[in-house]
Amino acid sequence: MDTSLQPVTTAQPASEEHGHPDFRLFGLATFLVADGMTFAGFFAAYLTFRAVNPLPEGAIYELELLLPTINTVLLLVSSFTFHRAGTACRSGRMQTSRRWLLLSIALGIAFLAGQMVEYFSLPFGLTDNLFASTFYALTGFHGLHVTLGVICILIVWFQARPGGSISQDSHFGLEAAELYWHFVDGIWVILYGILYLL
Amino acid sequence: MTVANPLELEPGLQPQGWLRYLSFSLDHKVIGIQYLVCGFLFYLVGGALAGVIRTELASPMSDFVGRDTYNEVLTLHGTIMIFLWIVPVVNGAFGNYLIPFYVGARDMAFPRLNAVAFWLIPPAGLLLISSYFLAGAASQSGWTAYPPLSLTTPAAGQIVWILSVLLLGGSSIFGGINFIATVLKLRRPGLKLMQLPMFCWAMLGTSILVVLATPVLAGTLVMLSFDIIAHTGFFNPSLGGNVVVYQHLFWFYSHPAVYIMVLPAFGLVSEILPVHARKPLFGYTTMVYSIMAIVVLGLVVWAHHMFTSGTPPWMRLFFTIATSFIAVPTGIKFFNWLATLWGGKIALNSAVLFSCAFIFNFVFGGITGVALAQVPFDIHVHDTYFVVGHFHYIVYGGSVFVIFASLYHWYPKFTGRLLNEDLGRLHFVLTFIGFNLCFAPQHWLGLNGMPRRVAEYDPAFTTWNQVSSVGALLMAISTLPLLINVVVTAFRGPVAGDNPWNALTPEWLTSSPPPVENWIGEAPLVTEPYGYGEHPGGFDLDRISGRDLWSSGKS
Repeated sequence: MDTSLQPVTTAQPASEEHGHPDFRLFGLATFLVADGMTFAGFFAAYLTFRAVNPLPEGAIYELELLLPTINTVLLLVSSFTFHRAGTACRSGRMQTSRRWLLLSIALGIAFLAGQMVEYFSLPFGLTDNLFASTFYALTGFHGLHVTLGVICILIVWFQARPGGSISQDSHFGLEAAELYWHFVDGIWVILYGILYLL
Repeated sequence: MTVANPLELEPGLQPQGWLRYLSFSLDHKVIGIQYLVCGFLFYLVGGALAGVIRTELASPMSDFVGRDTYNEVLTLHGTIMIFLWIVPVVNGAFGNYLIPFYVGARDMAFPRLNAVAFWLIPPAGLLLISSYFLAGAASQSGWTAYPPLSLTTPAAGQIVWILSVLLLGGSSIFGGINFIATVLKLRRPGLKLMQLPMFCWAMLGTSILVVLATPVLAGTLVMLSFDIIAHTGFFNPSLGGNVVVYQHLFWFYSHPAVYIMVLPAFGLVSEILPVHARKPLFGYTTMVYSIMAIVVLGLVVWAHHMFTSGTPPWMRLFFTIATSFIAVPTGIKFFNWLATLWGGKIALNSAVLFSCAFIFNFVFGGITGVALAQVPFDIHVHDTYFVVGHFHYIVYGGSVFVIFASLYHWYPKFTGRLLNEDLGRLHFVLTFIGFNLCFAPQHWLGLNGMPRRVAEYDPAFTTWNQVSSVGALLMAISTLPLLINVVVTAFRGPVAGDNPWNALTPEWLTSSPPPVENWIGEAPLVTEPYGYGEHPGGFDLDRISGRDLWSSGKS
């Protein structure tokens, strides 16, 4: 049994806070897997409905492509701008980082505005038919994620002010928001593909 | 936040003594006990509801409670037992208490998230139970809440049910994230994955299932609530919707949910048996691969619940084969437990009795499970009492027996006192006889066509239903010696000492009950948690570790 009990040699990972290693990004990534599965369930439901449930006569399910395509571009660009914000923050250029964050917020809000315009110009409502219900459920659930994301970036932007809690040395909030924002963008790309293009 | 450190808080602000069990404590041991006690209280409620069901079914006519009330009772019974008793206790209680010890940590990876996950449970449970009194009627559509039934029963109760299950699902996901991070990231330096006690692997597999499957149920229930409140038609055939899609999404979670209830039980039994048989766990590596195989297969078998839902032939074929395959890893685990016991110096105490009864019950439930995976047989017994019998052999005969075994095994760790063995054996005998008397006849009833979830039945079934009800009464009585034992022993039981079982797993290598941060000094590095053997000193650890399937178990 001499191998069972040995004294500890403490070698903690480099990124530490109050003596505890920081696994928050890992935890967030696991949560995003779970969140992604929620979307996967919605996607599976939508694709099955589409495959086996015929729509009633005269139901419209061909969507205009222009606005959602612009929206897709807006979101993809916002992912890029957020990435730039992260790079700037990690290299200590906080003012530049905040400008990129502000641009990301603007793009997110523009996306939500585009979504609203589309909602009000669509010829069908939530309960019109199965396609309409699924369309609003999917885009609405995603829109909720974008809204939360914009609020998160706003908070990060505020915290990154001079003397704020986010700096070159401590930027977990910014990284978490960035990971989440990329996730929301990725979900939109899939959603755009199966909802508008398919 | 990983930074939460109980010792950093003002000592005067942290409640001490029993009050900390009612506080937002961040200590994983306190949270584990909170889960256990809270779950047990809900078990008593769910058991009382089961008593109502068996009393009603003691006679063929609906003469004890009304039909609607019967439907509410069976819905609440199923929901409480699954979401408020078994899932929180096998995962939350024992997982939280043991996993940090097993990985050599002082707490879980996210202590604050851990406390939030627990404190979602009492309000969710009270919400569920209160719907019976406040909303006019509790949910009546069974724990499966199949539409269109769930769309036509009283809406308020159904919505409260959905809210409650969403809260419980959230709690479960938070717990799962925490376990994955703790097992994978918080291991003590020097401790390898393949050196972890088996329960860590069981919790890792369970948590993967929780994180992948639970969100799908959440999304589905949100869609169902849209159907109820906003009158969308996702699952409403009269509005062009599709009920089978609900069933697919529901079972995508709810079949893995069976593994979420039983995999941790597998892990707990794998901890209990080696200690009391004084032998290494047989076939460690095969055990690990079996758990992971069950995780993977468990995600692709859900449609075996839907063989009568118009599933196409290819789907029936696929899901029959996939389901039958699960018997392979499960069988490996079964034989590993037998081989662990084989030739051991078995201490036949309450923990071992319950563990052995678990093996007995579970193999029976497993055999009926393989039978149910076969389409022709399943179509014959679908929605009959055969399924009820099978299911209870898995979740009661499997998980609940293991919860009791674990209670007898780890009670000295929780409290520093030993439970009374005579009362423990009385508890075991009553539970084992009562359980088998209650659920074995239900297989016969189901084979003869008695449908489940109906308050009335053909008078030809009366005798076996009365036998079943007597068994349920015995199970209710069996709770009394357990309750007396746990309460009296907590104050007046014999002092156990730190390691009454002479166990080698890390939770026993500290005082009982353990200090706030688990160890006064450094955490011990336990690379050989099952190094029990007959040659003290100087033996070949590789040979007795059970890690090499072909060389172990021969001695």
